[in-house]
Amino acid sequence: MSNYEPKIVAFFCNWCTFTAADLAGTSRLSYPPNMKIIRVMCSGMVDPKYVIKSFLGGADGVLIGGCWPGDCHYINGNLKARRRVALLTELLKQYGIDEERLWLRWIAASEGTMLQEVAQEMTAKLKEIGPSPMNKSVDKVVG
Amino acid sequence: MTKCIELSFTQVDFNSQLSQFFSELLDKKVLDGIMVPVRQGEGLAMQTLVTKTKLPEGADPFAPVIPVNSAKLASTLTATPTGKRVGLVMRSCEIRAFIELTKLNQASLDEALIIGLDCFGRFENGDYKKFTAAGGTTANFLEKAKSDEAFSGDVHLCGACTICEFPTTDIADLRLGLLGAANDKVIVEAYSEKGQQALTDANLTLTETPSSREAAIKKLTEVRLAKRDEAFAAYHETNDSFDALENMLADCVNCYNCRVACPVCYCKECVFVTDTFRHKSEQLIGWADKGGSLKLPTDTFFYHLVRMSHISTMCTGCGQCTSACPNDIALMPIFRTAAEKAQTRFDYQAGRSVDEPQPLAVFEFDEMIEVTGQEK
Repeated sequence: MSNYEPKIVAFFCNWCTFTAADLAGTSRLSYPPNMKIIRVMCSGMVDPKYVIKSFLGGADGVLIGGCWPGDCHYINGNLKARRRVALLTELLKQYGIDEERLWLRWIAASEGTMLQEVAQEMTAKLKEIGPSPMNKSVDKVVG
Repeated sequence: MTKCIELSFTQVDFNSQLSQFFSELLDKKVLDGIMVPVRQGEGLAMQTLVTKTKLPEGADPFAPVIPVNSAKLASTLTATPTGKRVGLVMRSCEIRAFIELTKLNQASLDEALIIGLDCFGRFENGDYKKFTAAGGTTANFLEKAKSDEAFSGDVHLCGACTICEFPTTDIADLRLGLLGAANDKVIVEAYSEKGQQALTDANLTLTETPSSREAAIKKLTEVRLAKRDEAFAAYHETNDSFDALENMLADCVNCYNCRVACPVCYCKECVFVTDTFRHKSEQLIGWADKGGSLKLPTDTFFYHLVRMSHISTMCTGCGQCTSACPNDIALMPIFRTAAEKAQTRFDYQAGRSVDEPQPLAVFEFDEMIEVTGQEK
């Protein structure tokens, strides 16, 4: 699996993490192209369905980026996201879906460097653990 | 120690004694109505709302069958105030699911008097019919179940019931019980102030609940807990991969019966029957093209995983999902183990307390730091 490239679906909050990704871009910080970014208004609007669908649709990892606790544009959306991620991790773990496949990270608008680091770390981690067992996209796309 | 009254019965008049007790509550205006299982001719025992003072012929509260988890029925009866006090005769799994629905504002305890039953388990609908066709009665059943005798022929208790650690419930106003009672007695235990008031209002004289009751409940709970843990361990041993989950769900035909039967599947409209999932022809062709083939109907695992994410914090393990499946998929173990994981994670137990908020309905600023592993 030396040439295995993991696919990461990244849901970034409009106010912090997506802006951080913008900052990373304008600062000419490069990060692995494995990450496909979807801009959402808040990490709190990432329905567990979106995560499950991403995995079933062939994602090897899902990264949710939100504002630091206390900084949420909608006051507490990120705190809701945290509980949902905890639940999903728990449910998927028992069927061999490594908890490292679903990350929630707080990345503020000013933390372009952290965004770069998180993208690199997650890509490296997923390369290490290999393709997701939920990825059946070779013979079927919709689970 | 709680207080109680004791009803005497013989094998033959078991149900008429219970009916008489309920009729008395209606007659003395302690209750304006009561929801109680009533045998439908030769068929199953269905919940029936009785408002006249006399209970219909065939009232059979302990009948070992639950065609519908009555939490949803009780929800429709209590969701909006009526000014009428209704008694709700339910099993532990039904009461616990009902409590979860009250937290979602889909049901209310305000005008309800919860009447819990000691539960020795239920038969699947088909088995119940075989049991009664062979002359079995509820009193026979209870006698056998109490003494832990096996049932004859090819009838078995439902799998969910054999591993249910809640033969009684801690949330009830009255508890009708056989555990710890003499062989010809049913204990009616006043389990809350509201329950005690109801019995007092009916001019009944209360005595101390026999101490044997608590011991008998504890004993049965321990037996069931051991069976539960054994079943969980066996499940996890063989079903620890996504492929295993896929195999278990392979026969699913997307009929969504499990969703309809589930008492805590709370969405008013399920997303899986909305336009979102009414895929266009060209979408399907496109998906098939991408991977070479596409299993139809689509979205089967998606559906089960989403349902799991919705209800695992509230699942009470009633097993109605398994009972409802036309293809005999063992859904109960899948959802009970998921519920165990989810509820442990949030230190929550579905239906344990009215005041305990549902895990996904509350959130703290300073908690679960391990999810992100980041600290400022």
